[in-house]
Order: sequence, then C-alpha cells, then structure tokens
Amino acid sequence: MSQTTGIDVAEQQEWKGQSTDRKEDGRLLRGEGRFADDWNRPGQLYVHLVRSPYGHARVRSVDVSEAEELSGVVTLTGSEVREQTDPFQQLAPPPGGEMRDYCLAGDRVRFMGEPVVAVAAPTRRLARDAAELVRVDYEPLEAVTTAEGTVADGAPLLHEEVGTNVAWQRTFDWGDIDGALEHADHVVSIDRLHFHRFSSTPLEASAALVEYDEGGGWTLHCNNQMPQFAVMFMAPALRTTTARFRYVTKDIGGGFGIKITSYPYLTILCLLARKARRPIKWTEWRSEHIMGSAHGNERTFLDVRVPVLDDGTILGFDVRALDDVGAYTRYEPLGGVIWSQVTPGCYRFRNIRVDYSTVVTNKTPAGPNRGYSRMQHLWFIERVVDIVAHELGFDPVELRKQNYIQPDEFPYETPNGCVYDSGDYPRMLDLALEMVGHDDWRRRREEARGSGKLIGIGIGTTLDSGANNFGQAQLINPHLPYSGNGEMANARMDLFGEVVLTLGTAPQGQSHETTAAQVAADILGVAPDEVFVRTGQDTGRGVYTGFSGTYASQFAVTGLGAVQGAAEALKADLVAVAAALLEVSEEDVVLADGAAHSKTDPEKSMALGELVGVVHTNNTALPDDLEVTLNRNYLYRPPLSAPDTESAFGNLTLTYAAQLHVCVLEVDEETGQVEILDYVAVDDCGRRINPMVVEGQVHGAAALGIGAVLNESLVYDEDGQLLSTNFLDYKAVTSVDVPDIRMTDIESPSPFSPSGAKGMGEGGGTPLHTVTAALQDVSAQRHGALVTDTHNPAETVHRLLRTEGKPGLQVTSN
Amino acid sequence: MSTTQPQTSTQITVTVDDIEYQREVEASDLLVHFLRDALQLTQVVVGCDTGNCGACSVLWNGRLIKSCMMLAVQADGAEITTVASLAEDGELSGLQESFSENHALQCGYCTPGMLLAARSLLDRTPEPSEDQIRRGIKGNICRCTGYVNIVRAIQAAAGS
Repeated sequence: MSQTTGIDVAEQQEWKGQSTDRKEDGRLLRGEGRFADDWNRPGQLYVHLVRSPYGHARVRSVDVSEAEELSGVVTLTGSEVREQTDPFQQLAPPPGGEMRDYCLAGDRVRFMGEPVVAVAAPTRRLARDAAELVRVDYEPLEAVTTAEGTVADGAPLLHEEVGTNVAWQRTFDWGDIDGALEHADHVVSIDRLHFHRFSSTPLEASAALVEYDEGGGWTLHCNNQMPQFAVMFMAPALRTTTARFRYVTKDIGGGFGIKITSYPYLTILCLLARKARRPIKWTEWRSEHIMGSAHGNERTFLDVRVPVLDDGTILGFDVRALDDVGAYTRYEPLGGVIWSQVTPGCYRFRNIRVDYSTVVTNKTPAGPNRGYSRMQHLWFIERVVDIVAHELGFDPVELRKQNYIQPDEFPYETPNGCVYDSGDYPRMLDLALEMVGHDDWRRRREEARGSGKLIGIGIGTTLDSGANNFGQAQLINPHLPYSGNGEMANARMDLFGEVVLTLGTAPQGQSHETTAAQVAADILGVAPDEVFVRTGQDTGRGVYTGFSGTYASQFAVTGLGAVQGAAEALKADLVAVAAALLEVSEEDVVLADGAAHSKTDPEKSMALGELVGVVHTNNTALPDDLEVTLNRNYLYRPPLSAPDTESAFGNLTLTYAAQLHVCVLEVDEETGQVEILDYVAVDDCGRRINPMVVEGQVHGAAALGIGAVLNESLVYDEDGQLLSTNFLDYKAVTSVDVPDIRMTDIESPSPFSPSGAKGMGEGGGTPLHTVTAALQDVSAQRHGALVTDTHNPAETVHRLLRTEGKPGLQVTSN
Repeated sequence: MSTTQPQTSTQITVTVDDIEYQREVEASDLLVHFLRDALQLTQVVVGCDTGNCGACSVLWNGRLIKSCMMLAVQADGAEITTVASLAEDGELSGLQESFSENHALQCGYCTPGMLLAARSLLDRTPEPSEDQIRRGIKGNICRCTGYVNIVRAIQAAAGS
C-alpha cells in the first residue's frame, strides 16, 4: 500500500480474469471479416484440381493437351512437380522416412481425392471445364482401408520405397507391466477398442491467393494455421530458403488442426504462380475439403490387458495400438509420441506398455485434428477404467476417485517423466455430479427400466496438455533438430502513443486479439480498448519463430507469454524515458490511466502520447545515452528440456488443463436412438485470462465431441471410396443435435506458466469418453456388452443392446 | 443473335442492401457467386457444396434462403438483404450486440448467415422457446460455438 497520496497500484483494475468484450466482434458481426477467399488480384487465374477417383491406382498416363488448348489455361502435372521440387521432408526415420511425398501424384494415387493435375484458368468456370478435359488413365489397384488389414500378410503395399505399411513403430515400456499382470488380483482383458475417423471440418475450407515475383519470392494470402510448419516443408521442396515465403492470414473460419497440413496445396499454387507468372487463386470445395484436406487419427487398440487389485487399484495397462494415418505421413508420426504427454491419463497408473505402430492405408492423410493423439489415448484409458468398474463391480465414481492422481500429489511426474503441473480431479467430479443432480438421475434411471427407454449416466475425465515440447519429435527420430517451443510477439508505441501488438499466431476464432490486449493493458496501464492488436499472422511483419501458429492448446502460455514479455520490455523503455523526463528514479515510475506517473510526487506525470513523441518526433529532449526504441520483440520459451530418447523419458508439455463431463442420456430400446437428457462440464485451465472465451472453447469442443460420438464418421468402403464426402452424408452437428451444456470452472493455477494460465481449447475429446461411458451404463442394464467404438449411431447402439455373452472381454481372477 | 446457339447469359437487375445493380450473368451462375464475385460482397460466404450448411444465407424478398441454392437469374427483380443491412447508421443492431455480449461467435464465418437466420426467426416468432430457437437455426452449421451461446444470444435479443 502506497505511503503517499500518489497512485495506488493495487487499485488499478486488472483486465486479466475479466470477460471483456471481444475486439474481433465488430468486424465479424458486420460480415467484414477478411477470409482467404476474399482476396483478389487483377489478372488472377483460378485453380481447379483433378483428383483421383480411386482409393488406390497406378497412373498410366496423364494428358493435358486438350485442356491446354483452351485460351488462358495453364496446367501443372506430377512429372513437372518431380522435376521442379524435391519430396517433402519426412519426420520418421527409415523405413518410413523413405516415403516420397510430392504435392501432386506421380505414377500412383493412394487415396480418393489425391490431387493429380492442377488446372489454372482466367475464370472459375473455365478452370472446371478445362479440368474435365484432362485425361488421366488409371489402373485400379487393390486398396487397403483398415489398420489391421494393412499390417496383415499380403496387404497391398502403399509405398514401394518404404517396403512396409508400418511407417513407424516403437514399444514404450515404463514400470513393470509384466510383474503387475502376474501379481494382480484380477486381469481385465479387452480384445479390441476402436477410435474412429472423423474431422472437425471447419466451416471455411482451405483457400489461398499466391503471387510470385522473381526478386522476392512468394506471397501467400491463405488460411494455413501454422505457416512456420508449412514453410519448413515447402522451402526445401521448392529448393529455396524460408525467407522467400510471406504468409498472410487475416480471419480464418475455423482451423481445429485441419488447416495445418495444407502445405502440399500451397506448394502446387507456388509452382503455378511461378509458371504462369500470374496470381493464382484456389478455394477448396467442401467435398474436396472432406476428402482431401486432413482427417483425424483413427486408432485401434488391441490385446488390452489391465491388472487390478482387489481394492480397485488399477496398476496400469498393456496394449498394442495401430494408428491409421491414411496414405501419407505429414504431421505424422508425431502422433506416435504426442499421446505420451498423457500416458496414464488422470490416474496414478505406474506400469504401462504400449506397442505403437503408425500405419498407412488408402485413405486421406491424417492431420492434427482437435484433441490430436491425446484424445485417442485418453478415450482408451477412460474406457478401460469404466469397463473395469463394470466388470469387477466397482462404483464408477469411487473407482475413479481412488485411482485419480490426488490434489496433494502435484506437480506429479508420470511414469514417462511428464510433469502434470496442478489439478484437482476429485473436486471436478464432485462438482459435475452435483451440477447434474447425480442422485436424482440414478433414481430416474431405475424408474425408467421397463418403460422402453433406458437411461445411462456416464463420466469422462480428460486432459488438455498444452505447450508441447517439440523435443518429443526426437523420440520418433533422434536426428530431428526440434525441441522446446516458443512464440514471438511485438509491442510498440505508435507515433501518438497508441499501443500496438503484433502476434506470431494465426487465430481461427480463439479471441487472441482480445486476450492479448488484456495482458498488455495490465502491464502498460491502459484499457484494452486502447490497445490495437493487428489481425492474423503476416510473416512480412517479422514477428514469428519456428513454432509460430495457432494449434495445440498453447496460446495462453506461449502466445500470451510472448505478449507479456514484449509488453514488459516496452514498459521498461517507457519507464526509462519517463524517469529521464520527469527527473525521478525508474523505481518511482508507475504506468496507469494512459500516463506515466511518479508514485511519490503526484504532480509529476506525463501522458503516454507526449512521452512517445519525445522518442519518435521530438527527440532532442531525450538524454544522449538513453537507447530506447519503443518497439520491442519478445520470444517466449517455455522451460523445457530435451527428453531422453532411449528411455522415452522427459517432460513433453508444460501445462495440463483438465475437463470432466457428466452425461445423462436416454436410449430407445427398440431403435437404439440416443437422446442426451443432461450434459454438464467442469473445466480447469488454471488462471483464466477471459472466462467467457474459455467457456466458448469448452462448448465448442463439447459439441464437436458429441457430434463425433453420435453423428459424424468418415466412412470408407473396401475399395477406398469415401462415402461421406459432403455435409449431407457427413452429419456435422446442428443446433438440434447438441444439447445445452451447463458448466462451471475451477482454477488450479499452473506453477510453470508466466501467468498461471494453462493452454486450453482442444478439449481432449471429453464427450467421446463421457457418452461411451453413459452407453456402457445403458448396456449394463441389458447384457453388458462392451462399448468398443467411439462412434455410436443408432444401429450400433441397437446391436449393443442385443449382444449377449460380452464378446471380446475376459476377466481372470486369482 | 445466332439461332443455332442457345442463350447462356442474360442481364439481371437486383437490389442488394438497398443498392441496385445491373449485371450480365451466366445462366448457371449461382446467386452466392454472383454476390461474392460479380458484386464483391464478401459478407456472403460459402461453406459447402450441397446446401447443407447455411453459411450463404441471405434474405430474398424478406425470406431466408440459401444463396447457393438459387441461380443468379432467379434474383432478377428481387431485393436481397445481407448481414450488412442489420446495422443501422453504422451502429450494431440489438441482435448483433446480443451476439457479442453472449460470445455467440468465435471465428465469425457462420455469423452472417446465423444472424439472418436469427433475424428471420425472431421476425416470425418474437418470443421463441429454446426448442423453437434450435429448430429455427438448425439450417446453419457452426463448428466453433456448439450453439450454446448462439441460443442464449437469441433468447436475450428476444427478451429485450
């Protein structure tokens, strides 16, 4: 508390923690967002892609001569691509690393929708018409569309140069699972669990306008959400340096990880822009997006064995996992280690073995879909816990509480050296049960029996690990030169004293402009309204680092950590100038209400605008030895070390947000139709910068999860034909499919992040865990057949209720 | 005009947000592409190929339609209203303010269509129940918000 009548810093309003109005809303509500298809240039050519109609085929010939006869048409073929580019870098070591992946197919197509020829023309219509004139002669090959099928003897080989359909494999073994299985009182064995293939399908598809100039390289106005990842693949492929690419994103209509791996398409456009010497404009159709952008990872868990003690302590698990990543490994096989950020889930399991394979099939390549790799694993764990509860007669609530990592055990080191920063899972469970009215629903569940409807209650616990340590890549391939994480931000004062923030991120609705302004406002003593945050990422601004982008639930830590650092550096500049001009010590200066004040002498103060003028336009008043720029970059690095590649041991993420959902649903016994009666969520993402933004993320993730478990599935037939290529067949959830979601929050601040916030947003796939648990509860009222799949439309639930004998399950007891 | 070639284009006159336009359009031009490409009205967006997502929604003579499901030639003589008409004298409407206050938008891509669907619903049903709201906007897909806050925003706008 200040001793004088000067400014009392403690009384300054803190903007962090408030649900301030969103800066983004003004333009978006008016329809004035700038999305990637909004860009136009005179003389631009429009691109239409010729794509493979087959899941697997040899390409015998490609003839573009008829198409090129049309006036103004320019084409690009796979053989031109192979002359002008090198294959995209691969993350996997050999044999997977031998895969040759180009932006257009060569002599083989490996998934339905794979681009084969690019056609550019002066109008959209002409591009489509010209594409129809491209003659591609395909010889269909046998396709393989399941993980189990692709690893079986005699399966068609997708990549000759790899020699196997297993692109990468590693067995992770921590603790002593064999000892645990031997000494356990019970072993619960589950033959197979399957996490299905789906996608967040952002409402805006991928799009870009690409320009080339001989001196400067390429400018890409696009909606890629991780341009630095893209450039690290594109630059070597195009045989040039990363500096020759300028990515400009403004508003992006949703990303969810699906817009991370669009770099092959951007490469096509770069080649065309250089060939045609014209601006090249491409916008993905919805069906192209669904079949050609990226799908979520599809993971099959086999031969699951779970040792359990009489008192309900679960000692760990043994499992073989096959991760189906489609035809090409792009972000993969990083998924092969990213799950290990959350190896034991929220539980105290110490003995874990996972035999993990990344396998290729004739399906769309996987991309890091929201919840990436962790949610597949976390669903598996919740299924295991839920099934153990049912089969060994434990209460699902008590069994979880008993096995949870306890609040007093944080920071908690998992068996593979990840450090969970903070949390209180039992409290979240209690809050969720209270919010939903657990006792009341249990009573109603009993009353419903015999009525033709069955009520099920399910619990799902998940983690949203945030701020990856990219050293995890070394666990895949020790030669990969990646570790840590980082983000850049710039804070500067413009000529009349306005605070301007520039971010390295590429947001797609996560309210970065708003929360960044809150953080800077607190530090600089202004209101968020007085902070101008520039939209999107523009690498031309020079504010980015190798990990820049918006992905993986980390902005609150990395992005806002960078903003905090930049604002603190800017503040230091302002304080130095103010101290010099006010003739006080730097310690005496406080920034508040848009001015610099002396704490001890209230008469001494200077508005920021005037202060800034002395640096920018009126600087003879500045002492000669004072070096300030009022233009400060900051590169935030989370405190992480490279993991040990031999033992796969080390901390892979800085923060661990958690969510816990409870779902009550009703199943019509005759049809299998599911209706959600009640749905509650408890969120803990540490210190919330903007509670309204956090809740929006929880809602959104919950809706996509509910959609996946009940409505949305990317289905292939055995020839590799994708059967759900548009929103008619791929049933993206609407307002009548998603219930109201009631929620509450607790805050377990992270001791490791700059502000105590934890990254959040992806949501960890919680509804998948929760709804399948509720269905298991329904099944228990019939024959107790296991819920083994993440996708449960009515026909699956119908079958579940009628399957006797609990196939796929064995319980042995000592 | 040659009698052996069928006519493939024609002149249309269409009013969009109170401004009249006269343009030559191809017979197969969709209204959404006419609005975006010919008139540069980027507040109308494309979200799908099959008329399932509602992102392209506009009002056509006061009626909510999907502009991807209509040909430009069908708009000849029509009055089209886009989200740009909701604000008055540059001030956001009560409905738009309610969307902001209730965080009913994140990426903003579905928002123009969603606002028009909400406007259309409230014009027909001034005091809708939650069920009526959900059914009223079920033609508009949103991948960001889970609809929770959109429903709340419409409820709040209806209440005021």
